[in-house]
Amino acid sequence: MRGASARNFGSRLGRFLAELPTAPMALIERALGTSRMAYVFLLPNIMFFGLFVFLPIGIDIYYSFTGGTALFPSQRPGVGGLQYHYLADCKSYFDPSSCREDYFWRGLWTSLKFTAVQVSVMVLVSLATALVLNMKIRARGFFRAVYFFPVLLSPVVVALVWKWILQPQGLLNALITGMGGHRILFLADAGWAMFWAVFVSVWAHTGFYTLILLAGLQAIPRDIYEAAEMDGTRPFRQLVRLTLPLLWPNLLVVLVLVTIRGVQTFDEVFALTGGGPGTATMMIVQYIYNTAFASQVPDYGLAAAASVLLGLLLLVLTLTQLWLTRRRRNA
Amino acid sequence: MISPLNLLRQRRTPDRIGLSDVLAYVYLAFGVALMFGPVVWLVLSSFKTPRNLDEFPPTLLPLAQQSLAVKGYDRKLPLYSVVMPDGTRRTLAQVRRIGVIAQLVDPAAPQTLIKVNMDKRTPLRQFGLDWHNYAHPLRHFNFGRYLWNSVFVTVVATLVTLLINSMAAYALSIHEFRGKSFFLVAVIATLMVPITIILVPVFVVINEIGLDNSLWAVILPGAATPTGVFLLRQYMLTLPRELIEAARMDKASEWQIYARIVMPLALPALAVLTIFSVMWRWNEFLWPLVVLSKSATYTLQIGLNAFQGDLQTQWNYLLAMTVVALIPIALVFVFLQRFITSGIANTGMK
Repeated sequence: MRGASARNFGSRLGRFLAELPTAPMALIERALGTSRMAYVFLLPNIMFFGLFVFLPIGIDIYYSFTGGTALFPSQRPGVGGLQYHYLADCKSYFDPSSCREDYFWRGLWTSLKFTAVQVSVMVLVSLATALVLNMKIRARGFFRAVYFFPVLLSPVVVALVWKWILQPQGLLNALITGMGGHRILFLADAGWAMFWAVFVSVWAHTGFYTLILLAGLQAIPRDIYEAAEMDGTRPFRQLVRLTLPLLWPNLLVVLVLVTIRGVQTFDEVFALTGGGPGTATMMIVQYIYNTAFASQVPDYGLAAAASVLLGLLLLVLTLTQLWLTRRRRNA
Repeated sequence: MISPLNLLRQRRTPDRIGLSDVLAYVYLAFGVALMFGPVVWLVLSSFKTPRNLDEFPPTLLPLAQQSLAVKGYDRKLPLYSVVMPDGTRRTLAQVRRIGVIAQLVDPAAPQTLIKVNMDKRTPLRQFGLDWHNYAHPLRHFNFGRYLWNSVFVTVVATLVTLLINSMAAYALSIHEFRGKSFFLVAVIATLMVPITIILVPVFVVINEIGLDNSLWAVILPGAATPTGVFLLRQYMLTLPRELIEAARMDKASEWQIYARIVMPLALPALAVLTIFSVMWRWNEFLWPLVVLSKSATYTLQIGLNAFQGDLQTQWNYLLAMTVVALIPIALVFVFLQRFITSGIANTGMK
């Protein structure tokens, strides 16, 4: 009884709130005419996009040409292309320690290395899982949900779940010493830290990409396989000659999404390793965050310049995606 | 009655189980262990006492010391299994320990003190949940505040998101007007600008309008979302136009058409956006990390991250609060998993 009356109250409250703007909106409508009301309805959204997306792009570019430590634009002296010059001052771009701003290049190379490894592992794991889930198995919905579950978790929760397992006194070290091995300080070793950064981000996101691939697999008509079976095609040949080519559009989407998100990786890795040990897992986004917000002397201009460069990199990746998908459609 | 034997014999495919099926189930079982295992381990660990947590190798279940009320003592006494000098094993309650000598009594005959070396006794433990890990940080470490901030941000941001994106979707689906395709392209273009590349300028904007270190600084920047606009617009495009035409004939105002006709009909799409928004906001990390620098405004995620960065990580509290942070998400998952997985596959968003 109480539940019903509460629901009743809730819906009545909602209706009341929805009625509040009726009179003022009617006034506006009378003043502007019904045909212009579309702009009024668009206005809040456009204001938000303008203030928090489009204006910031302009500020980003403007700030990348200014210097000093002041936050507000009026107090920032223009420095021309100095920030870019500073970022690009390298003897060799492949050796971060030869650069003046070596952390930027370390971050960039770490991000690219991380992305390259993560993309290949993610695609393989997601594909394998999708193929298995597409078989005639029991409780498919349950298994699909199991792989999807970590996708919903926050990056901090994901990082803490694994940090707890990987810590020196943790479950994994208990298993290793139980089997006669030696305890490993996983997050204090550069190689292991990178390994777990990739592992944890694949763990957290593979369910999402599995879903995209599974949707693609389920769209492939069954009779193609029946025909192939009649012809006596071996399962492996079916996979290579039938499934993968038909799944290619979805694979491409996954490939591009993983790449674009890989370059922007920050949260889980930052919460897991803090970028350490040293700078072994410091990604480019963490470099921007550190430069602008976590250092004693905030350097907004340098961070803005690095953001613009990261934006350009992402733009190139996105355009490559568009080019790839279009080429495929024309082929 | 179906006999268990018959149940075992029943199969979806009457022919033999091939090697590939076996491999598939092995893979899936491994997947269940790998995907659920760590989270289950976290939840189990969060109920352990600090001493239980420090043990290596760790115990699977949270174990608590057994204790017993003994006549003549005000507080409950911890129980130990003691190896007596004659080699027998007895269950005794410990009164106190002085140095390496433990003083124990037999609960049945509490008058006589029995003194043994402390390594002759092992604590008697049973499965027990330590709720202290949850209660203490919520009361004493600001975590109550963080929790409230997270709830506030999630609820208000979701309401704002639903309102402004449904209004935009209404304009972009029901109306024809000049510049419509321009606005559509502008909305799509925002998809290409992730927060990672506009951290500095959004921070500048928030400071210019004086919202720094307030929860509104977290709520507002992500309120307009291209995903939301398109999700709702695609749904509203399918609504019968006759309904809207009829309402216009009846001289209904645009707001009335939006609030009384289109919104109630778009409830399924609004529900999907609500789930997305709750997930995004509850889990949001990078932007709040940048904009919230005072502990009083931390959300749960930022509070957790700050707490784990402290020199002496108090894992018992950290684990419990991590569980608190994943409860809403786990609930969403349990009740809506079928719905979410198919919905996300359709939109390709998360």
